[in-house]
Amino acid sequence: MNEHYASFQPQNILSVSQLTGYLRQVLESDEILQDLWVEGEISNFARPSSGHLYFSLKDGDAAIRCVMWRASAARLSFAPRDGLAVQAHGGVSIYEVSGQVQLYVDTLRPAGEGALYQEYLRLKAMLEEEGLFAEERKRAIPARPRVIGIVTSPTGAALQDMLDTLKRRFPVAEVALAPTAVQGIDAPTGIAAALARLNDEVQPDVILVGRGGGSIEDLWAFNEELVVRAVAASAAPVISGVGHETDFTLTDFAADLRAPTPTAAAELATPDKSELLAAVHEQLAAQVSLLKERLSDLRWVLGQRVETLHRLSPAHQIDTYRQRLDEINLRGARAIQILLDKKAMQVSTLQQALRSLNPQAVLQRGYAIVTRTEDGSLVKNANQVAREDLIHIRVSQGELDARITHTNPGEQP
Amino acid sequence: MTEQPHQDIQTMDFETAFTALQENVDQLETEDLPLEKALERFERGQALAKRCAQLLEQAEQKVRTLTMDGPAPLEAEE
Repeated sequence: MNEHYASFQPQNILSVSQLTGYLRQVLESDEILQDLWVEGEISNFARPSSGHLYFSLKDGDAAIRCVMWRASAARLSFAPRDGLAVQAHGGVSIYEVSGQVQLYVDTLRPAGEGALYQEYLRLKAMLEEEGLFAEERKRAIPARPRVIGIVTSPTGAALQDMLDTLKRRFPVAEVALAPTAVQGIDAPTGIAAALARLNDEVQPDVILVGRGGGSIEDLWAFNEELVVRAVAASAAPVISGVGHETDFTLTDFAADLRAPTPTAAAELATPDKSELLAAVHEQLAAQVSLLKERLSDLRWVLGQRVETLHRLSPAHQIDTYRQRLDEINLRGARAIQILLDKKAMQVSTLQQALRSLNPQAVLQRGYAIVTRTEDGSLVKNANQVAREDLIHIRVSQGELDARITHTNPGEQP
Repeated sequence: MTEQPHQDIQTMDFETAFTALQENVDQLETEDLPLEKALERFERGQALAKRCAQLLEQAEQKVRTLTMDGPAPLEAEE
């Protein structure tokens, strides 16, 4: 080929397209140029809506244009920005439209040992300075949320873990999932948008933000400034559960509560069902005992009232009168009895006296009663009768008729 | 069934019923209610507790998913 160009009268004049096509062929057939790492600083970074990334890599003396297609960009674990030192892997080719030689980047990573960590520390210091992580900004997590928002990947294991935990502990709460990528270049805007939409459209009582474990690069979205600020700005309190116990992201610092894992975040957001049931039964028992107490108080008061009523009742008075009447009756009966006894005694005395006056009793002692037969008159004096008069004699046992044979009137007393 | 006077309870969500139950017990505890009112409170408390337990034991968690605008997530995590 060289001999063609050596001539002053070129035999073949190339079109621009032929030239760029040739250059492209040359570049793309070079093994070194198709598999290389370049280190430099990002400048003129642009990410149009197509999702492809355009930027330059430069060092002190030179620059080269770079393209990273959307599919590769999605795997990024951090957000490239101007000034960031990176290592880019890819192949060199030419963009024939402008004749620009470009590096087609398929992998991009922060440059240098601990570059990500340095970035992490820088952002952390800055946001801390701003007060985003201050203790006094932390809000209380409601004890029994009505609506729980979740920001995570719709396909990740973290979502399933969280849903399982919520269902087991507090199925009463409604769950609103705002699905988003949680790693890759879309993750930061996606997570921030998901948070904003939950707050705008659902107004949950608490939001769980999380994803399962992974490398520090996998978790990087949660260290992005956009995400950290979105968490801090959330109207609803946020519980973060990113990665594992040992992973601390800036999102964790900005969250109102940090959980070591997504499952733990779901646990911290909810009361335990069995504890709640116990609380309900406790309230019930309190009710029962309060009512019982109240009833027994009332029963006591009622007893008091009944007693008072009883005391004031006419029935009681009637009873009193009845008792007094009984008393009077009793005393009357006793008085009459005494009177009767006394009379009976008198009667018996009189009877005794009467008995001693009975003529029969005198006759029994051997005395006799003498009457004149003629007129039945009692003979008490001898001169009441004469000789030959008939007399009638009554003795204790039987009667006699006799004739006077002699009279002897005694001396007059 | 004694549900009739507590129809409103049947549509309460857990938080409302649980809070109402607590308030109910507080009232029974602190207020000198006439017996009839106290009994009403008591019955209402029973119904509230029943509702709470029922919700906890029978609730099917409702999960809704917001549709996100902007580019769909390109790939799954893990």
